[in-house]
Amino acid sequence: MMDIKHKLIVIGGSAGSLEVILQILPALNPNLNVPVIIVIHRRNSYKSLLATLLSTKTGLKVKEAEEKENILPGNIYLAPADYHLLIEKNFTFSLDLSEKVNYSRPSIDVTFECAAEAYGSNILCILLSGANSDGVEGLKTVKENGGIAAIQDPATAEVSFMPLQALQHVAIDHIFKVAEIAHFINNF
Amino acid sequence: MVNDLLEIYGYDFTDYSRASLRRRINRLYILDKFPSFAEFRYKVKADEDYLDRVIEELTVNVTEMFRDPSFYKTLREEVLPVLATHPFIRIWHAGVSTGQEIYSMAMLLHEANLLHKSLLYGTDINPSVLGKAKKGIFPLDQMKQYSENYILSGGSSDFSTYYTARYNQAIFSGFFGEKMIFSTHNLVSDRSFNEFQLILCRNVLIYFDKGLQDRILNLFDNSLELFGFLALGSKETMKSSHVDKKFKLVMANQKIWRKTV
Repeated sequence: MMDIKHKLIVIGGSAGSLEVILQILPALNPNLNVPVIIVIHRRNSYKSLLATLLSTKTGLKVKEAEEKENILPGNIYLAPADYHLLIEKNFTFSLDLSEKVNYSRPSIDVTFECAAEAYGSNILCILLSGANSDGVEGLKTVKENGGIAAIQDPATAEVSFMPLQALQHVAIDHIFKVAEIAHFINNF
Repeated sequence: MVNDLLEIYGYDFTDYSRASLRRRINRLYILDKFPSFAEFRYKVKADEDYLDRVIEELTVNVTEMFRDPSFYKTLREEVLPVLATHPFIRIWHAGVSTGQEIYSMAMLLHEANLLHKSLLYGTDINPSVLGKAKKGIFPLDQMKQYSENYILSGGSSDFSTYYTARYNQAIFSGFFGEKMIFSTHNLVSDRSFNEFQLILCRNVLIYFDKGLQDRILNLFDNSLELFGFLALGSKETMKSSHVDKKFKLVMANQKIWRKTV
């Protein structure tokens, strides 16, 4: 029997990325058949309202990723504050409280890299607006494993440093205007 | 590598979460600048003195005082008043690492006037972090964060009176350490060694696969008195364990359970 093809989309962002995500979510296909993981840098607070906020923007299920949870199509998973979000080769999540990477926990690099190792070429990673270079190394790994690396058009980013860094160091496949992102996700 | 560690040294990482372990191994390989993975592996196999470093770096030792202040607030308000009714209090910090949490606990007990009748056991797989915990010396530049956490946890003393600053270090008062016992203990392979009224094991289970988590929760169950408390990390749960039914959450949104059967 053929395995079901596991696909995954990961979106990473820092300063200026939340607004972009708030625009992407309402445009997503309510029957989306791929899991979407969102890793954004935010303040570390125990009770996070971000999942609740994002839920109001889409009919898809939005939740914080839990450790050992199966990654299922049509769900939108948020990396919990102050943990790295890792992905196992059996398509489950692990959480990790190890040292910050690029001054960040969760680190976008960490999730991009694990995602690429678990899903190989069946992956789309998008790096949005931000003020540091977290995610750039991860996009390299995505490319090495045959996945698709995309960025928000730096010209449209509130803080262009992060997508520009990616553009300088990685052979980016797609440069998206904000309005194009949801369309590409829906057809991935 | 995982097999080498088990066969040569008896450290069993087989049931650790793979993605995290792989990152730790790669990190050490890069940190110590090995020319090839084969040489890295050879060093681990052949050099017993290097083993301590391997164990220290493969396990995650990130910790802070009063991490998740609301957790400590719940300990103060819901758990300590129950512990206070015991003539003698035994607490186990499993995976104590460099000791920031066990010192936080000692401060809570001190402020509740319970420290004199308490004994805190701190265990870890890793001997070198235990050495640090035993000393009770922490980096001075962390104190601002710890002090903020302390206040948020409901602390009302002046946090800085608990330590002496010397150069870039904060040396915590010796009377906390007098109530602590440190020892190596491997949750994967070692057994229960006492009965406790409170076990804390926060952000340790996330590094283990489900089967191993279940075995360790069983070990905790066997090491807890009836009506004893078990505290886990903010993202950890007993949900998938078969001892789940014996425990009841003390408070919604806080990862503290009470053994009821």
